[in-house]
Amino acid sequence: MTVDAPARFSPLADWQEAFGRLPAGFQVRELPFLTQLTLRVSADSPAAKAVESVLGIRLPSASRAELSEEVKALWLGPDEWLLVAPADTGAELVGRLRSAIGEEFATVTDVSAQRTVLSLRGGLTREILARGCALDLDPRVAPVGACYTTLLAQTGITLVVRAEAAASVWLLVRSSFAPYAAAWLVDAATEYGGGAG
Amino acid sequence: MSNAFRVDALGSVDRDKSLSFTFDGREYTGHPGDTLASALLANGVHHVATSIKYGRPRGIMTAGVEEPNALVQIEFPFPEPMLTATTVELYDGLVARGLSGQGRLSTRPDTARYDTVHAHCDVLVVGAGPAGLAAALTASRAGVRVVVVDELPSPGGSLPGTAPACEWVADVTDELSANSDVQLLRRTTAIGYYDDGLVLALEKRTDHLGAAAPAHVSRQRVWRIRARQVVFATGAYERPIAFDDNDRPGIMLAGSARTYLGRFGVLAGREVVVFTTNDSAYLAATELADAGARVRAVIDARSEVPAHWLDACAARGIEVRAGQAVSGTSGAERITGVRVGDEEIGCDLLLVSGGWNPAVALFSQARGTLRYDGVLGGFVPAGALDTVRTAGAARGVLGSAEVVSDGAEAALGALAALGKTAGEPVALPAVGDAPAGAPGAVLWQVPGSDDAQFVDLQRDQTVADVLRATGAGLTSVEHVKRYTTIGTAHDQGRTSGVLTSGIVAAALGVDIAELGTPRLRPPALPVAFAAFAGRNRGELFDPVRVTSLHRWHVEHGALFENVGQWKRPWYYPVGGETIEEAVLRECRAAREGVGMMDGSTLGKISVQGPDSGELLDRFYTNVMSSLKVGRVRYGVMCGVDGMVFDDGTVLRLAEEEFLVTTTTGNAAKVLDRMEEWLQTEWPDLRVRLTSVTEHWATIPLVGPRSRDVLALVAPTLDVSNAAFGFMTWQDTVVADVPARVARISFSGELAYEINVPAWYAHTVWEALYAAGGPFGITPYGTETMHVLRAEKAYPIIGQDTDGTITPQDLGMSWVVSGKKDEFVGRRSFDRAENRRADRKQLVGLLPVDERTLLPEGAQIIATETVPAPPVPMLGHITSSYRSDALGRTFALALLRGGTRRVGETLYVPLEGRTVAVTVTDPVLYDKEGTRRDG
Repeated sequence: MTVDAPARFSPLADWQEAFGRLPAGFQVRELPFLTQLTLRVSADSPAAKAVESVLGIRLPSASRAELSEEVKALWLGPDEWLLVAPADTGAELVGRLRSAIGEEFATVTDVSAQRTVLSLRGGLTREILARGCALDLDPRVAPVGACYTTLLAQTGITLVVRAEAAASVWLLVRSSFAPYAAAWLVDAATEYGGGAG
Repeated sequence: MSNAFRVDALGSVDRDKSLSFTFDGREYTGHPGDTLASALLANGVHHVATSIKYGRPRGIMTAGVEEPNALVQIEFPFPEPMLTATTVELYDGLVARGLSGQGRLSTRPDTARYDTVHAHCDVLVVGAGPAGLAAALTASRAGVRVVVVDELPSPGGSLPGTAPACEWVADVTDELSANSDVQLLRRTTAIGYYDDGLVLALEKRTDHLGAAAPAHVSRQRVWRIRARQVVFATGAYERPIAFDDNDRPGIMLAGSARTYLGRFGVLAGREVVVFTTNDSAYLAATELADAGARVRAVIDARSEVPAHWLDACAARGIEVRAGQAVSGTSGAERITGVRVGDEEIGCDLLLVSGGWNPAVALFSQARGTLRYDGVLGGFVPAGALDTVRTAGAARGVLGSAEVVSDGAEAALGALAALGKTAGEPVALPAVGDAPAGAPGAVLWQVPGSDDAQFVDLQRDQTVADVLRATGAGLTSVEHVKRYTTIGTAHDQGRTSGVLTSGIVAAALGVDIAELGTPRLRPPALPVAFAAFAGRNRGELFDPVRVTSLHRWHVEHGALFENVGQWKRPWYYPVGGETIEEAVLRECRAAREGVGMMDGSTLGKISVQGPDSGELLDRFYTNVMSSLKVGRVRYGVMCGVDGMVFDDGTVLRLAEEEFLVTTTTGNAAKVLDRMEEWLQTEWPDLRVRLTSVTEHWATIPLVGPRSRDVLALVAPTLDVSNAAFGFMTWQDTVVADVPARVARISFSGELAYEINVPAWYAHTVWEALYAAGGPFGITPYGTETMHVLRAEKAYPIIGQDTDGTITPQDLGMSWVVSGKKDEFVGRRSFDRAENRRADRKQLVGLLPVDERTLLPEGAQIIATETVPAPPVPMLGHITSSYRSDALGRTFALALLRGGTRRVGETLYVPLEGRTVAVTVTDPVLYDKEGTRRDG
């Protein structure tokens, strides 16, 4: 029974109000409790193919994310992906993947609480991110599906472009750095009104 | 005499509005569009500063960033030191004063915002003068992304203020502004070129608004611009000439006087003498004459003057003296006359032009090579680089039409390098063809008194100082720069650098082309630290990492300790307790009742794959592959030098899965090191590593009553010692949350480490806190953790070790396996140095006086009185605490040959006294280990 489920708190649960004061062109929302699995596997190996058949997608190539299905795959490194799935599906998904991998070599690790996911939307998103992110988010360089692990100001993030011209992006940030990232985002929006205040 | 030197119908200041300002205590007015310097000159003020070494009056010598003299201190609205009056835009209410070389920092914090923006482009154009504008427009018409930075409030650079030129600038600016792929940054100065096309620029966004600047808009912004191609259209700086008393107020570079007239409608003087080596100063002479000045003479160092300039001067009644030079000046607060040969000519303004130095600082930073141009008398780029070009006056090209064409050419070069096709050519401005001129003469110095001829006016360095340097044997301009300090002031020697080279070359009898000129280093312009800091101040200074329990700790009065970037609860004072009282209470609870702490910051690495055990065997000094599923083992990792690198526990979760814990500070380093070895040395091993540090929150539940508390919150778990033994782990449910519980102790007491996904930490912590209430459960912080572990001599890596300590030194030979052939660090254990009996070893120290708390870091000596230096040091204190359990103070120390010294009395010298200590075995509490099972 969900009524008896133990209470859980996402890293930015306290930031809703501050996010709510942000300008219309820059809407920030935490997407809490999403399932996140680290997949480590050699690309194009039998294990990778097994994973792909479970997920129904091709594991994306360097600096890309595959966003079309319910389980999204974010490229983190040459043999590392982050799978992002709806909340509370972790155990089931780990089980399915591990059994598909079988005797082949790949590892799947539940890291759901390791990072939190921030959804950033609006026409100011790219401009505000440019205050702390050195990467070029011009649509000709970073089209939909671009996925970078980089720095936002002084915290590591993984950034996924979800809509044209970076009008919608996901930022994945380590839970312990999430309050810093939130404070930075709110501060960076100061010039556009709302935000800090 | 308010604005008495303002000329009607010239300049672009807004004469309908007046701005009041105060300089050196006197009130003046100026207009929007003025700089502080132009407004002062409009009011007839030339003497604005005092030289730093000789206290000589100094005036305004230039109209831009190259200004060596006119340093001012802003007093209001916000104190700011050492700005050049020539670059401070005037605003209402400005209060400033002239300086003698040094300003004063504000004692108040600067509350203005400063920020940073990253930008990217295909072509970056630095400078929006005629060359820069032509380059930018050419690039933008090819459909590439362009950024243009320009230091002035509006584009146009040094283009004359004639109608056709203004119209051209307006047209180009409009077309650039209409293109969404072009970013035109005004009031923005490029300050440095770095690797891979990174250019830093400083934008002054609200400085010119004074007290009216909105608080939510950043005052200054550092732009970090990544460009595939860079065009430096940075123009040129006019070069002065060294002659006697060339530093008086009222001596100005000729082109700057044109700027004051053309841009600000200010006549810098009424009685003018011009001293030149080239054609360009004739423009100043004729324009100032046309604006109403009496130009008494043009002294031209050349013997031949172009006929059209002779005609132009004759038409205005200006005498031209060819083949002559100014040999000295007179005046006190301001120039009153110049000496030419035996003759004195009265004047209130002397304009000087020794030629033009292309502004090549940024090109030079980009590793562009320079060559000496004997006609210009200056250094020009030897050629374009693959990604960096120069255009216009920065390349030594002179003449408006030629400069515009050159800008377009540079952009075409950049486009070709990018593989882009050029668009429609850029129309040239109708500036008229200048009549053919004559080449300039190169003149560094007019013979006279070397010690009255100033080279670097800000540093008060003369020709005599340069000759002193060469006389001392210095033959490099870089050495002369450092010996004399020429070129090290705020202006980086923009006016003095090449002049110095010329004088050094002449003194040494070498070719200036071989000698070169000092390199200008970034930042090319003084930049406030606040601008570089940007938003990295206050709460954003450095990321603060917090655990999922942070709010609880705050609400329960914890004080925090910085551990790397983490904020960890340090102790939880109750009712006004001191740290000492709180820690003694927390220790007592953990030893006698039950305590709990937040251990979430521990590093955690999931190690999976068939070769996991093998990998761990190669990293840890002990054997991990033999660990059984369900069990836990402590391990130590060393570097290849055999020194302890990290320690922690290892849980075997499954046949092919381990969970490694690391110290808080080393979490990332251990993972990096394991990845590096795995990828570079042992790629054959089938193992993958995944950080799970922040997925899990970790709560140690510690003390003889911990079992009772755990039993209450984990009703399905058999907590008995038989079912759940020391150094084992179990998956279970704690407070309805799936949890992994391990029996690990960092205190020697019965203890459990409860791991839950971080989202649930608060719920589980509150459940433990509630269940433990009847047992007096006490949250404790890092200080108590340190005391408890020290009483048991569990070392803290990085506190009791410093990278020179082996496991054996820590008395932990038992953790080094003799069975394994290889592991990282093993070979070093065989080194003679690592086996010496007199190595520093970990010992306990008990002060003979049980109340004396030794400072950590204190040295240990053998005698009660400190002998004469050098004092033989035996070791030092690494940890020192007051122990509730022992009822006394104690310490851990690294002591030379310490193991053999147990029982000895040694001494710790402190300020004015020595403290006697007894050396003991490091384990001071429950040596038999009777407490770990409760």
